[in-house]
Amino acid sequence: MISADSLTELVFLVLAGITVLGALIATNAKRLIRAVSGLAVCLIGVAGLYYFLHSPFVALMEMLIYVGAVCVTIVFAVMMAEPFPERHAKISPLSGYLSFAVAILVFVGVAGLGVKTAWKAAGSTVNSGALIEVGKSLLTTNSMVFELISIVLLLAIIGSVALARAGREK
Amino acid sequence: MNSQLLYNSLELYLVIGALLFAIGFYGILSGRTFISMLISSELVLSGASINFMAFNRFLAPDPTVGQIFTLFIMAIAAAEAAIALSIIIAVYRNYKSIDTDEMVELKG
Repeated sequence: MISADSLTELVFLVLAGITVLGALIATNAKRLIRAVSGLAVCLIGVAGLYYFLHSPFVALMEMLIYVGAVCVTIVFAVMMAEPFPERHAKISPLSGYLSFAVAILVFVGVAGLGVKTAWKAAGSTVNSGALIEVGKSLLTTNSMVFELISIVLLLAIIGSVALARAGREK
Repeated sequence: MNSQLLYNSLELYLVIGALLFAIGFYGILSGRTFISMLISSELVLSGASINFMAFNRFLAPDPTVGQIFTLFIMAIAAAEAAIALSIIIAVYRNYKSIDTDEMVELKG
């Protein structure tokens, strides 16, 4: 008999698995379009993990912004600037192993730090962390950052249009 | 709430975040094209976001701060992707290539 807890645990493990699997596809695929698909799979898994972390709103925003907008933008860029897979400049055969070794070191260091530290939870929380509290905090405590982010996004839109238009006559 | 369950342990989320960070790091270092490096940098940002959300859920006294920080990371990542992709397209127009190993004009 499967209990509800073990079923939830199974869903969590599947989500963690597709997160890591998607990340591996995104970095190791030969063709760029497969790498973008791997990134989308990975980000869907990350959205599921956010759901497990009691933040359904952030999970939905992750799906909307990352999977919906960023991945589609990268797909458009791949269509406009498709590299020729056969024409690779020769690279040092050592560079793959070196970056693998560096990545292993980074993982062991960061994960070891996270596991070994005795984290202390806060005794009590000032609010429940629900969506209504997030909205209140966005419009009171963090309103300055909220407005600055909108300026950054506006500048990014204008800048990317200006950059992509330059040299269009060629 | 049973704290023995797998999805209620802070350490597991930290390990997943570190794994995403390391995979993205490997992708940035070994990326063949600019777009694959951009994809890997999104993985690095996701790993950092998972860490923020995990600390927010398990340790933070104000559990809205981590969610808002993650939302801001998403907005910055979207702006970064838009700028980076338009730079990549401008590079492709000039060089007809987005291979990282062919951009050697500044090499002495």
